[in-house]
Amino acid sequence: MTSSSHALVPSEHSPVAGLAHDQRGGISNPVLGMLLFITSEVMFFGGLFAAYFSVRANAQQWPPDDFSHTLQILPLVGPATILLISSSFTCQFAVWAIRRDDRTAFLRNMTVTVALGVIFLLMQATDYSVLGSEGLTLSSGTFGTTYYTLTGFHGAHVFGGVIMLSVVLYRGMAGQFSSRHHDAVEGASLYWHFVDVVWILLFSLLYLLPGT
Amino acid sequence: MATTALTPAASAYRSGLYAWLTTTDHKKIGILYLINSFVFFFIAGILVLVVRAELAQPGLQLVDDAFYNELFSMHATVMIFVFIIPVLAGFGNFVVPLQIGAPDMAFPRINAMSFWMLPLGGILLMLGFVTGGAAAAGWTSYPPLSNDQPLAAVGSGQDLWIVGLVLIGTSSILGSINFLVTIFKMRAPGMTLFRMPILVWTVLVTSVLVLMATPVITSALIMLFIDRNYGGSFFDPRLGGDPILYQNVFWFYSHPAVYVMILPAMGMISEILPVFSRKPLFGYKAFVFATAGIGALGFSVWAHHMFTTGAVYLPFFSLMTFLIAVPTGVKMFNWIFTLWRGQLTLATPLLFALGFLSMFLIGGINGAFSASVPVDFALHDTYWVVAHLHYVLFGGSVFGVMAGFYFWFPKMTGRMLSETVGKIQFVLMFVGFNLTFFPMHELGLAGMPRRIADYSSAAGWNDMNMLATIGGFTIAVSMVPFLWNVFVSLRSGKLAGDDPWEGNTLEWGTSSPPPPYNFDHLPEIRSERPLFDLRHGRTHAGATMPDPAPQPTHSAG
Repeated sequence: MTSSSHALVPSEHSPVAGLAHDQRGGISNPVLGMLLFITSEVMFFGGLFAAYFSVRANAQQWPPDDFSHTLQILPLVGPATILLISSSFTCQFAVWAIRRDDRTAFLRNMTVTVALGVIFLLMQATDYSVLGSEGLTLSSGTFGTTYYTLTGFHGAHVFGGVIMLSVVLYRGMAGQFSSRHHDAVEGASLYWHFVDVVWILLFSLLYLLPGT
Repeated sequence: MATTALTPAASAYRSGLYAWLTTTDHKKIGILYLINSFVFFFIAGILVLVVRAELAQPGLQLVDDAFYNELFSMHATVMIFVFIIPVLAGFGNFVVPLQIGAPDMAFPRINAMSFWMLPLGGILLMLGFVTGGAAAAGWTSYPPLSNDQPLAAVGSGQDLWIVGLVLIGTSSILGSINFLVTIFKMRAPGMTLFRMPILVWTVLVTSVLVLMATPVITSALIMLFIDRNYGGSFFDPRLGGDPILYQNVFWFYSHPAVYVMILPAMGMISEILPVFSRKPLFGYKAFVFATAGIGALGFSVWAHHMFTTGAVYLPFFSLMTFLIAVPTGVKMFNWIFTLWRGQLTLATPLLFALGFLSMFLIGGINGAFSASVPVDFALHDTYWVVAHLHYVLFGGSVFGVMAGFYFWFPKMTGRMLSETVGKIQFVLMFVGFNLTFFPMHELGLAGMPRRIADYSSAAGWNDMNMLATIGGFTIAVSMVPFLWNVFVSLRSGKLAGDDPWEGNTLEWGTSSPPPPYNFDHLPEIRSERPLFDLRHGRTHAGATMPDPAPQPTHSAG
């Protein structure tokens, strides 16, 4: 019943070992909250993906003739994908750094992560303007509608993630994080990984899956 | 038995308006939820009184068709999204941290944010009435009706409806995360999962449903918004879209939402029946597993709303729908055997709980009819469905809410509601409810479609409609003693003391209203009824303050 008996719970045996722990072992409230929030985000994208599959399965031809060569991996989307995946790694390096109290490496990796996120968003904006000039818009049939809705909501989540990571970076520069206190870093990092995974799925669907 | 000696008086809440607007105390936020929900309950009630007045006789006497569509659409939307779901979340907010012996919710500021999104969302929904017409495509807002400009209501009502619902949905999601973390991480020492009160279990399952289902309707609403405003073609068959897709995504949320609207009410009943029959709940574990079973099965029955579209696999969804009656039946027997040979005290909370039991039984049976595909083909979109859903949502949820309100009002305010006035309210509400909705079975069987403003006087529906309208106004009248009771009791009600009902769960072990930090002492927790154990000398009161951050006995993993 006393707190001391719980402080002895060996946290390294916990299934969530490695995540930020509160003093008595187990997963911390903010990290659990973030995992649950990500669960709800999975369901949100699940709804959009379901719509995409349904619309695509109903289509006679996918992509439609007008846009059969519109979506190209090079020169923009492929490099943007590589950048986003790299940012997931730098983000995790930052988390590992703060877990061993290496604030310099934490700040360096976090800065790179934020920068990569911003570059991804700029590349996506450029891509949108190129596609727009080629005639692919939100209102050009189900192909355009699903493309812009899926990538647009992913972009919005990247934007949200960049904001989150920027707050973490700012707080990190103010010296607020240490190996014992960095729930915000863990939470923001989990979110960033999620955003990354969504992009990998999206990229595979939109660019790699052969058309019909 | 009291474990604290604070003065029981409403004065603990008598801080200024600013303190209420900025509070992060789960008890005050819970009360704000209740106040906000009841305000919108009365608004949606007034809307439907106009509907019932219009339907009393054949012909259009009061409103035109277009305004009638707005009235019933907004009645359902407001009742579901701004009354029933939030009012149950409000009880959860007030009671759950107390019942698990926690000082507050896990994220108090997010809790405040979840609440304040609700009045904002409700106002956005209602704003349509002053900007050229509220949403008028029913609470389901199926495209093409909600999509195609020539068909849909002109003005921005439908868009405001979408934005308002996305906001309210976000509030629900944040609330569910808060509940889950609170329940998993903030339980007092000794409060294992299987010693949690049933209400906490039902809130847990409800939160999982909200967490998994609400984002899906958010995606449906956003797709609808894109279709309406940015030339999207998700649901427009002329451009390659599919209107049935909306129905699938919509009901993937909205059927689990049905359980979001009933499970916490079931939990409240399960707290009230044992207290007023002086017996433990019959089959605690069976009840827990039945609740989890309803939650799990709830995700596999959504297409029973779409039998007549011809676009869903009928045998599967029919079978799953029948299956979900099994855990629900288990619960009926839990409740009945709790009452069986109990020492019943027919206080107002128990009366409303019995109202729940009997009316929800009818709602379950007339619902099981529609699970059968051929019967559903005949009854689809008739008043039978209106009768069914009101027996579940009004006869179930609202009676449950009233039971919970009479039960926990003393804990919230330190004062008792009048038993006499409460019983008058119960009788009026019970009679009015059955008068309104029982005839609708008859109307449905006679073929009257829902969502119509007018009907032929030769159709033979006149008498039943008149009866339903009289019943509807009787329900409205039953709100007068309710409001009177609350008003008088707040000013001069009998002081409640810590534990007016001889309750079983931890909230009755602190003062009424509880102090901001909830507990001075916690009794030992050795069962799901710690206060009962304490009263009967099975355990002793805790001698020390609990650790400020209570220890969970199980790690969340």
